Amino acid sequence: MAWLDYFRRPVSGAASANVAKNRLSIIVAREGRSRSQLNYLPQLRQELLQVLAKYEKIDLDQVSVNVESQGGCDVLELNVILSEPGSVRRRGESSRHSPFFSEAPQESSRW
Amino acid sequence: MGYRTVAIDFDVGLRNLDLVMGCERRVVYDLINVIRGEATLRQAAIKDKRLENLFILPASQTRDKDALTRAGVESVIDGLKKAGFEYIICDSPAGIEHGAHMAMYFADHAIVVTNAEVSSVRDSDRILGLLDAKTHRAEMGMDPVKTHLLLTRYSPARVTKGEMLSYKDVIDLLGIEFMGAIPESPLVLQSSNAGVPVIFDPTNEAAQAYLDVVHRFLGEDRPQRFLEAPKRGFFQRMFGTTNETSFAAVG
Repeated sequence: MAWLDYFRRPVSGAASANVAKNRLSIIVAREGRSRSQLNYLPQLRQELLQVLAKYEKIDLDQVSVNVESQGGCDVLELNVILSEPGSVRRRGESSRHSPFFSEAPQESSRW
Repeated sequence: MGYRTVAIDFDVGLRNLDLVMGCERRVVYDLINVIRGEATLRQAAIKDKRLENLFILPASQTRDKDALTRAGVESVIDGLKKAGFEYIICDSPAGIEHGAHMAMYFADHAIVVTNAEVSSVRDSDRILGLLDAKTHRAEMGMDPVKTHLLLTRYSPARVTKGEMLSYKDVIDLLGIEFMGAIPESPLVLQSSNAGVPVIFDPTNEAAQAYLDVVHRFLGEDRPQRFLEAPKRGFFQRMFGTTNETSFAAVG
């Protein structure tokens, strides 16, 4: 009965596209970031661990490397938790400029 | 368009490009035969009966997937280039397995085909990540593979109702160049039933959308169509069975 639909207001479940967009924007933003430039993070973490292992006994799980956006710039955050219980948590931060590089749109070239 | 073109089916194990193209009965040799040196490219490539310059290189149905080696794929692609093919289309299997890796590895352009559905969009994002990292161009430090977005089974009426992600949403999420959307059409299924690609029926909207996409890929500036729902009149809204319902029957 299509004519009945005319009088029926859209039910709340109908606008599910927004739900989909919100769910995706959370997932894709996180994965997309790792795609853009920071593919080296796992390797950086591994190499840092090798250096730290020379001086301290450290577990791989105790080293975390993250990038966060704060305002206009991105912050590379490095957390190292020393193995001894109750020890100091060292924290180093280094900031850098926005990771996004602009790329001129290329003509679809024939080859 | 007249370019000398070959389409390679990379879906080893689940061969189906030949079915869609309607040449399954003419398959004698396949991609794996060529890679193993059991057949030449000339023997394996099937000439399309409708288009002078189109060839299809089918995937193998029975052999194991490891037979698809990077060196083998490289030699096949080099051979096709030497044979004068201007466009080599690698039809990638869905997913991020070996076949997809091999299909994308030597690509210059990647057309990411997705529909406006959460799982497809997320998978597309994953594939885009791989295209940036796991291709010949990425590994050699060359310009990245140029990515293009193609939305299929798009239903503007459902977008208007808020039931489907819009093309703008998908562009925002994936952040790549938009080539166009193919409207949901019952003819697509009928075409694959018949083994005649939908693009051969120029009266159909999906076919027109595909043609637009091809022209855009070749560098032509074509305005986008089929992105907005047609306006429905009062009587149509009251009594109409619109395209929308017939789409639902197919979808």
